[in-house]
Amino acid sequence: MSWIGDNLGLIWEQLREHLYLAILPVILGLLISVPLGYVATRYSWLANPLIAFGGILYSLPSIALFIVLPAILGTKVLSTVNIVVALTIYTVSLLIRNVIDGLRSVPPDVRQSAVAVGYGAVHRLIAVDLPIAVPVIFTGLRVVTVANISMVSVGAVIGIGGLGELFTLGFQKDFLTPVVVGVVLSLGLALLADLVLVTLQRVLTPWARVATPVVEVA
Amino acid sequence: MWEYLTDPFNWSGTEGIWARILQHLWYTFAALALSLLIALPIGLRIGHTRRGAFLAINTGNAARALPSLGLLMLAVLLTDQIGFLPVLIALVALGVPPILASTYAGLSGVDPATIDAARGMGMTGREILTKVEIPIGMPLIISGVRSATLQIVSTATIAALVSLGGLGRYVIDGLKLRDFPQMFTGALLVALMALLLDALFALIGRITVSPGLKIG
Repeated sequence: MSWIGDNLGLIWEQLREHLYLAILPVILGLLISVPLGYVATRYSWLANPLIAFGGILYSLPSIALFIVLPAILGTKVLSTVNIVVALTIYTVSLLIRNVIDGLRSVPPDVRQSAVAVGYGAVHRLIAVDLPIAVPVIFTGLRVVTVANISMVSVGAVIGIGGLGELFTLGFQKDFLTPVVVGVVLSLGLALLADLVLVTLQRVLTPWARVATPVVEVA
Repeated sequence: MWEYLTDPFNWSGTEGIWARILQHLWYTFAALALSLLIALPIGLRIGHTRRGAFLAINTGNAARALPSLGLLMLAVLLTDQIGFLPVLIALVALGVPPILASTYAGLSGVDPATIDAARGMGMTGREILTKVEIPIGMPLIISGVRSATLQIVSTATIAALVSLGGLGRYVIDGLKLRDFPQMFTGALLVALMALLLDALFALIGRITVSPGLKIG
């Protein structure tokens, strides 16, 4: 137990790096998936190949991606850029499907009404289509955020991995405490991130909280 | 990397590429078989009786958050051993939840009216399970096995950290020796193996799903 007290600085540092390495790719991935998904719904022949390609990318083991990327990007093997890019690839490959499904779930008459009251393409995407797609997009966002948080630690194998470095440290010193601390914090972080996303989704979709059904006017 | 891959010396012997591929496959299939042995009966039971659904859903969700490297190190330190046993424990711990959750999901997604109809035709509980629920739930069951396999293949790579063989050897040894061509070779072969196994399960899915379910 005294190990924890003596190493609070180190633990805090790794937690911060872990959070940064897991969350930045989620944000970047979202920024890439939304426009890409929008394009795929406009040119619908793009959608299925994009989803299939995403499936293939997602099945690549993270450790392989962490190592092969530097060869492609020209970065150093020990650069955090590799982790961020690899996890962004995972985020996009999984999220693209949810963005496409979400945008497709917008009822055609809602879209027509928006056009009729004068929304332009971009304005309609932001003010009408995306809010309706929020539940479907957030389902994917939650999966990918939690998965990213657990995948970051694999980076410790090559020397950059936030809490994962507590795992390798504990292993090298044959000492259980850092490993347990790392696992608990990693799980806690995933839980917390999921909670934040659920809350955010509730804030973004106030209408979903309305319990009384809308009365149909004949 | 190309030189490393095309040098016949690197392919032969007990530490050659073929031997490493076979080791990696052995770890994967051993862990997968054990995961299936544990997760399938439980998942089928929960799905069939609909009791314990809470457990099935939540193990599925929680498992996504499990850091595989941490689990591996935990297994090594807790069993106080280095070798196949702790690795197997860690791999099975990662393989069970997706299979359990998707088996439950596959069975619980079966339309209750279909089950009522089967019961009305005089099927026993066992017949309903094997002739109705499992075939209809098959696509989801296979997808769970598929994600368990991918998780196991990639975690078997880091098992080289705890002095096991397999394709991870190239990654870990290459890293220590600063021999990047060797690292890339290992990483590429693991990626290739994951893709091939994924394709294999896609194929199994096609074969095992009843033709009646593919229409509409």
